Amino acid sequence: MSVPANTAASGGDPVEILGAGDMSRALTRIGHEILERNHGAEHLVLLGIPTRGVPLARRLAAGLARVEPGLDAGALVGDLDVTMYRDDLAHQPTRSVGATALPAGGLDGKVVVLVDDVLFSGRTIRAALDAISDLGRPRAVQLAVLVDRGHRQLPIRADFVGKNLPTSAGERVRVLLSETDGRDAVLLEGARR
Amino acid sequence: MKHLLSAGDLDRAQAVTILDTAAAMAATQERQIKKLPTLRGRTVVNLFFEDSTRTRISFETAAKRLSADVINFSAKGSSVSKGESLKDTAQTLQAMGADAVVIRHHASGAPHRLAHAGWTAGAVVNAGDGTHQHPTQALLDAYTLRRHLVGLRGGTDPVGHDLAGLHVAIVGDVLHSRVARSNVQLLHTLGARVTLVAPPTLVPVGVESWTADVSYHLDDVLDQGPDAVMMLRVQRERMGGGGFFPSPWEYTRGYGLDARRLARLPEHAIVMHPGPMNRGLEISADAADADRSVVVEQVANGVAVRMAVLYLVLAGQEQPTVDGQIGASA
Repeated sequence: MSVPANTAASGGDPVEILGAGDMSRALTRIGHEILERNHGAEHLVLLGIPTRGVPLARRLAAGLARVEPGLDAGALVGDLDVTMYRDDLAHQPTRSVGATALPAGGLDGKVVVLVDDVLFSGRTIRAALDAISDLGRPRAVQLAVLVDRGHRQLPIRADFVGKNLPTSAGERVRVLLSETDGRDAVLLEGARR
Repeated sequence: MKHLLSAGDLDRAQAVTILDTAAAMAATQERQIKKLPTLRGRTVVNLFFEDSTRTRISFETAAKRLSADVINFSAKGSSVSKGESLKDTAQTLQAMGADAVVIRHHASGAPHRLAHAGWTAGAVVNAGDGTHQHPTQALLDAYTLRRHLVGLRGGTDPVGHDLAGLHVAIVGDVLHSRVARSNVQLLHTLGARVTLVAPPTLVPVGVESWTADVSYHLDDVLDQGPDAVMMLRVQRERMGGGGFFPSPWEYTRGYGLDARRLARLPEHAIVMHPGPMNRGLEISADAADADRSVVVEQVANGVAVRMAVLYLVLAGQEQPTVDGQIGASA
């Protein structure tokens, strides 16, 4: 989930960092890296973090199914809502609670790959790790993100990154996906004041 | 949402948000680890001036499942029996740092007074006041109705839906029932049609202004094929000298739900009761234990709905401060 540092909508038009083709290639590459690292898709579970991690996890799973014959994409993908595990609930307007849906096999003994759109402070991922520990005991947890924009506040790093994007804290990274926003793109906003 | 005082304060979108949040909370209660860290460090005070078992336990369970600290305060055995006023009690709780106060009071309007008098900065949740309101009961009833009668019917929670098109009969002691008042308002807001069924002596004055039809004949209403029948408890403790109906036997004959009346309901219709039930008076054992009776499920849903309400009043606000006091800032 992208957690923007709230800037006023200051000057500078949004700059397109990734287009639809770039995004598709990045996801294909991440899919291959996941398979390579884990020696196939056995025991693999992809958990998307709402909002935009969910369609990204679905796309990654569909990509894995194209590469690995006999793999059921629907059976290895799930959603992980982390709202109730966040540490900033008291400092934000009330967030609506989303749904968590796990694959039928649960998480015990699996390799969980968390999927999110933007990695920023790392706090969403910390919340996700807490949520996972209440749901089961995976053998390992890995992290796949479309954009790593830096500015980590916790010792967390991604295993699979679509695009490393050095940003200033005042900038805002927006990921658009055709499922939620009508088109695929990664935009950098408020680039220059 | 700062407080929850009356079902009438909620608009359709707010009510649907609470039901959707309750659905998310209910999903977490099917796990092995039911506790969530969401309200860690927050304090919820259950301030009960009137006897209650299920509502207090339900709120206590809900708060604990969200990791809040819970302080139970009942008027019996407290300084209230020494004559302490609501104001002094509230200020004491404020000094102890209560983030939310769940209040049940025998006087209608006490939660409103507590919320707006400036005695406490915490959120106030009405857990039943006099014969006025019991909004969380109405919400859990609406949640139960939605699960059973909307969408896939009993399968998954139909997130985002209201109760448009449903017909609900609320039967019995409407006069003394805060549950009926809250339900009439909330179910109307959510698009359902409500018919109140009661003997003329147990229909409140001014019922014409309510958003519900009124009937004195249970059998006629059952023949209309309602989607749900909600039986109300005959509140004998509020009836003083009596005189509302000639005898319990006659009340049961006119307004009790028994096997014969159960058989007249449509196939899909459910039977509800807010509890505690007077078996043999307003509901027979056959009806209370029938497959279509959802009374036990209502209790389970109550925890999920109260978790949702506590989450929505507590999770999104800054630490409360009262003007002129040193607030418990983060």
